[in-house]
Amino acid sequence: MSQPGANCPNCGAPVRFRWSSSVQTVCEYCQSILVRTDVDLRKVGTVADLPRDGSPVQIGTEGRYRHLSFVTIGRVIYEYDQGLWSEWHLAMSDGKNGWLSDAQFEYAVTFAAPRRQMPAAGAVNVNQRYEWDGVQYTVTTITDARYRGIQGELPFQTWDKEKARFIDLRSAAANCATLDYSDADPVLYLGEIVDGDALQLKNLRSFEGWPS
Amino acid sequence: MAVVSGDAPDRPAAPPKVQGLNCPKCGAALSVRSFDHAVSIVCGSCHSILDAKDPQLRILQQFEGKVHEVQPLIPLGRRGRWHGAAYELIGFQQRTIAVDGAHYSWHEYLLFNPFKGFRYLTQYDGHWNDSVTLRSVPDATRGVIGTVTHEGVTYRHFQTATAVTSFVLGEFPWEVRVGESARVSDYVAPPRVLSREATGNEATWSIGQYTSGRDVWAAFALPGSPPKAVGVYANQPSPYGRAGRVWRPFLKMAGALLVLMIVLSSLALKSQVFKHTYTFDTRRAQPDQPESSFVTEVFDLQGHTSNVELTTEASVSNNWIGVSYALINEDTGQAYDVGREVSYYSGRDQDGAWTEGSTRDVAVIPSVPPGRYYLRVEPDADPGPGTIRYTVILRRDVPSFLLYGLALLALAIPPGFATWRSMSFEQARWAESGGSAPDMGSDS
Repeated sequence: MSQPGANCPNCGAPVRFRWSSSVQTVCEYCQSILVRTDVDLRKVGTVADLPRDGSPVQIGTEGRYRHLSFVTIGRVIYEYDQGLWSEWHLAMSDGKNGWLSDAQFEYAVTFAAPRRQMPAAGAVNVNQRYEWDGVQYTVTTITDARYRGIQGELPFQTWDKEKARFIDLRSAAANCATLDYSDADPVLYLGEIVDGDALQLKNLRSFEGWPS
Repeated sequence: MAVVSGDAPDRPAAPPKVQGLNCPKCGAALSVRSFDHAVSIVCGSCHSILDAKDPQLRILQQFEGKVHEVQPLIPLGRRGRWHGAAYELIGFQQRTIAVDGAHYSWHEYLLFNPFKGFRYLTQYDGHWNDSVTLRSVPDATRGVIGTVTHEGVTYRHFQTATAVTSFVLGEFPWEVRVGESARVSDYVAPPRVLSREATGNEATWSIGQYTSGRDVWAAFALPGSPPKAVGVYANQPSPYGRAGRVWRPFLKMAGALLVLMIVLSSLALKSQVFKHTYTFDTRRAQPDQPESSFVTEVFDLQGHTSNVELTTEASVSNNWIGVSYALINEDTGQAYDVGREVSYYSGRDQDGAWTEGSTRDVAVIPSVPPGRYYLRVEPDADPGPGTIRYTVILRRDVPSFLLYGLALLALAIPPGFATWRSMSFEQARWAESGGSAPDMGSDS
C-alpha cells in the first residue's frame, strides 16, 4: 500500500490514500468528493448526508478473510425496495482490493474477476445458470438499486452514477457471484458468503449502551 | 472492538440505553432498541404499530391488544448472555395456527445484538427452540419426497400450516402486522428443525435447535422456573437416544459373553470319565425274568463341583430302550437318579420317508461334587427275540450353552425396553405431525 500525499483542492487538508489504485476519495474534513487525475486531485462534488444504518462495520474496521487481513477504506451504500445495503471497499494485506457486502448482518466477500464476455443485463433471468472458473452458479435475484451514499476511497468514480442493476448468483456451496451493470461494461465479482464471526471484525462502530 | 474497558463485565451492562420517542397516537414513551434496524415499532400502551422508518412514526395499524393481552415470559429490554454474546429482547409475537377447528399458538422472542444481529427463541407448550435465518435454501432431497437436505443432514417434513400473527410487542426489523398470515413448513432432524416461511412469493428458511427452558431461564435471569414442557415436540431429541444406540452396550456385553463362553468352554475339562458298551437281550425283558440291573466299575469325578454329561447311544431301529441310571457316590452313598429313553423309528408313508427320535440321548446332571462314583444301570425294552447294543458315556464338566443363552436374553431386556420406549417417543412425536403436503414449489 503506497500512500501518496496530497492536499484537498477545496480545503487544503491532507488527503492520504490507503490503497494505491483508489480512483476517488472523500475529504475527511470538508466532505468534498475528490477524483485522482494524473497530476492532482479534482473536486467533483460534495457528499450528501449518509443515510442512517445499523451496520456495525465502519471505515477502518479490520478483519480477516482466509489467510489475508483487510481494512475497510471506502463504502458505497445502495438502496433497493427492501432497504439499504453496503459494499465496503477492502484493502487486502496482499495489496489487492476486495469488497465486503453487508446487508443486515449477512456478509459476503467478493473480488472483481478479470474482464470477460458478459451477458446483456436484459438477457438474464432468475434460475438461469452460468459457469465461471469451474463453478456452477444459479441466478437468485435481480436487483435494481440506487446509489444512496459513498464514503472514503473507491476504485471507481461514482459522481456520474445514479442507478445500477445487480444480478446475484449462488453456487450449491457458499460461492456467490454478482454481475454489476452500473457501467456500460458489466463487471463480474466472484466471492463467498461468509459468517460474520468468521471475519473476526475489529474496530467496529460503537453502540450506545453496548460494551464492545 | 471499538472500546476496550479494563473490567469488561461478563454479564451485559444493566439498564440498556434507548432512543427516546413518543407514540403519535397516545403520546406514550417508546423505546427503540435495535438502532436503525427497526422497521416496525409497537406502542406498548395503545398497541399502534408504527413505521420506524418514518420520522413522524406513521401509524400502520392498531390492534385490539388489550383484549387478549399476552405476557411475554422474557420481558422486553431484558438482556442475557446467549450464544456467547449479550442479547436483548426487542420483540415478541404470538402466532396461531388452526388445525381441525382448534387453535394452537406459539410465541416468538426476537433477540438482538448490534454486533451479531438477530436470533429467535420460540416457545410452544414449554418447548423452546433457538433459531437463526438461513442464507441458503435447503435442497429437496433427491429421490425422497417430503424431505430436504441442509449441510448434509436430511430433514423430514413434519407439518405445514398457515400461521397468523395474533399479537405483537416491541420492535421488528420487518413490517409486522397483526392478522398477517404465512405458510409455515417444518422439517425435523432432532434436535434441529428447518422452517420455511412463505408470504406471497417470498420464502425464508430458518434453522432452530431444541433448547431447554432451564437454559433460557438461566441466560435471562428469569424468576421462578420455566413452564413444564408438555408432550413431545417436533424436534425434541429423544431422551431414550436413537433406537440403535442403546443396543451398543448390549452388543459389547454379548461380545464379552461370547468371549467368556469360548474361553470357559476351552478351559472346561469335558473329560470323558467313563465309556462302556453293553448288550441288552430283550428276551430278558420278560416280567418273569430277574431284574436286569447291574453296577459299573468305580471311576473318579475330578475337579470342582460341576456337571456331568450322560450320553446313551443305542442301536435302536423301530424300537426303543429305556435306561434307568443312578450315579452313586461310593463314599457318601448320595445318588443322582436319571431315567432316559432312546428310541428311533423310520418308515415311509404317502408323504415320503419319515423318521422319529434318535439313536443318541444326552442328559446333564448338574452340580456333582468330585469323588469316586459308580453307575447303577437298569435297561428296559419291549420283550422280543433280538438284542440292543448300547453305549454309556460320562463326561465331566461340560459347558452349558443354555446358561449363556439365558444370560444373553437377560442382557437384551434393558435395550429392548429402551427401544420400545424410544419407539413410543417417536410415535408421540409423529402423532403431532400433519397438515398438508410441504410447499416447495415457489422456491428458487
